[in-house]
Amino acid sequence: MVPLVRSEAFLRIVSPAIAGAAIVLLWEAFCRAYQIPDYLFPAPSAIAATLVTDAQPLMRALWMTMRVALIAFALATILGTLIAFTFVQSKVIERAFLPYAVVLQVTPIVAIAPLIIILVKDTQIALIICATIIAIFPIIANTILGLRSVDHGLTNLFALNKANRLQTLVRLRIPSALPYFFGGLRISSGLALIGAVVAEFVAGTGGRSAGLAYEILQAGFQLAIPRMFAALFLITAAGIVLFVAMAGLSRLVLGEWHESEVAPET
Amino acid sequence: MTDAMRASAVEHIPSLNLVAAEPVRTRQESGEPVVEILSAEKIFANGTRGLDPIDLTIREGEFVSLIGPSGCGKSTLLKLVAGLSEPTDGRLFWWRGGFDKVGEPGRQMSFVFQDPTLMPWSRVETNVRLPLDLAGKSKAEAKQRVDAALNTVGLSDYRRHFPRQLSGGMRMRASIARALVTDPNLLLMDEPFGALDEFTRNKLDSDLVSLWFGKSLSVIFVTHSIYEAIFLSTRIVVMAARPGRIFGEMTISEPHPRDDSFRTSQRFAQLCRDLSGLLTEASLASSG
Repeated sequence: MVPLVRSEAFLRIVSPAIAGAAIVLLWEAFCRAYQIPDYLFPAPSAIAATLVTDAQPLMRALWMTMRVALIAFALATILGTLIAFTFVQSKVIERAFLPYAVVLQVTPIVAIAPLIIILVKDTQIALIICATIIAIFPIIANTILGLRSVDHGLTNLFALNKANRLQTLVRLRIPSALPYFFGGLRISSGLALIGAVVAEFVAGTGGRSAGLAYEILQAGFQLAIPRMFAALFLITAAGIVLFVAMAGLSRLVLGEWHESEVAPET
Repeated sequence: MTDAMRASAVEHIPSLNLVAAEPVRTRQESGEPVVEILSAEKIFANGTRGLDPIDLTIREGEFVSLIGPSGCGKSTLLKLVAGLSEPTDGRLFWWRGGFDKVGEPGRQMSFVFQDPTLMPWSRVETNVRLPLDLAGKSKAEAKQRVDAALNTVGLSDYRRHFPRQLSGGMRMRASIARALVTDPNLLLMDEPFGALDEFTRNKLDSDLVSLWFGKSLSVIFVTHSIYEAIFLSTRIVVMAARPGRIFGEMTISEPHPRDDSFRTSQRFAQLCRDLSGLLTEASLASSG
């Protein structure tokens, strides 16, 4: 019988929950003790209250941002994988285009977002393009690495059995690449959300299609700081949900065989 | 020391008699050639002489071990036979023909690597079935053959396991099952048991030799171990290094099937001394 304090469930769930609750309580106590006004630094209770009273506009904003992030993430996954597959087919193609993929990666999205927003008439599409650009690189880089990281012995084994190109791709290269691909997916899901928020800040879209970034901007102008924190909280929560979803997907696919997902035997 | 060996030899006489009572098959030197290596040499891209011209014929039913100091090109030679690399000069024939003969009915070739080389994402049975899947065999036939191969190596109960759930010896067994699933006529093995402990290695050696005995199978076996080479082989080819070349040959006429009593017999000890002497000469002849 393992003592409660050292059990796996306790370490994974209960201990961070206690730490979080302690921080929130301290924060609340601090704000009340020093009577800090809401427009400077709101107490957790004020933020929670705003989350409830402003639930409708905040949720709509959250949905707008998530929609951009999710579409961009899907596009980055599809395009990134296709690009990676094209690159590994031929050294010439990779040498010719990989430098530009790197250029795309190192250029700050904040710097090119205004350009894209000017060039593309529909703001929503412009936002999706920005978020896709920022999210695509980890998928390309990781999938290429994965497709190239094939065990040398297995390559020989397939050659000895006279496997054709398609068989080698489907039965050897793709499975070898999966752990790397999922690593890329995890990073990329977070980047898609960051891309969506940053692009929205730059675009400053108001009206019906306003997202959480616009909510934060507006709240800042109006000194509605609790609402700003509430929007921030929603963005963070969305990021965590995306990350957990990707981790779960990775475990679902790799769980049975890959070292990164296999629980150590005790 | 000699007395101890004699004692153990005496001890095992009953089982030797038992062996002699069974139909004894000694493999003939006159079988059809399976692989003919005709002055094949290998010079690597960086100019290193991997192999001086080699002449070697492996006949049907032979169990030939390649042994020699490191860098003598035994793995290089095996790769040439496997068709994984081409000789810089000279020729190889498989069943008196080109490499396209390999894979025809009755002309199957399998390779067992130094590492188990299993696909970590596939269960044991899928790993073993791979050569049949790649060759496009029917599901029913594949299933029957996989069952037989797993049974031969004693892994029937572990078919649904993933490689990471198996011990080193069991992974190697899975690797051997995969080599056997095509019912090969020529089996190439590159130090397959080198990474295993001695006990497991002896067990797998015994299994391998009885397996070979039951089939019309030719084996080329690369090893570092004198004991392993003598226990298994009908013929041992000793190689020397820098440049890689054949230094000498030894025929082991001990009848098959061989069992543990051969390992402890005085003849075995004598053969070990002979081979060890030949290997020492080969090492001295390997400059550098």
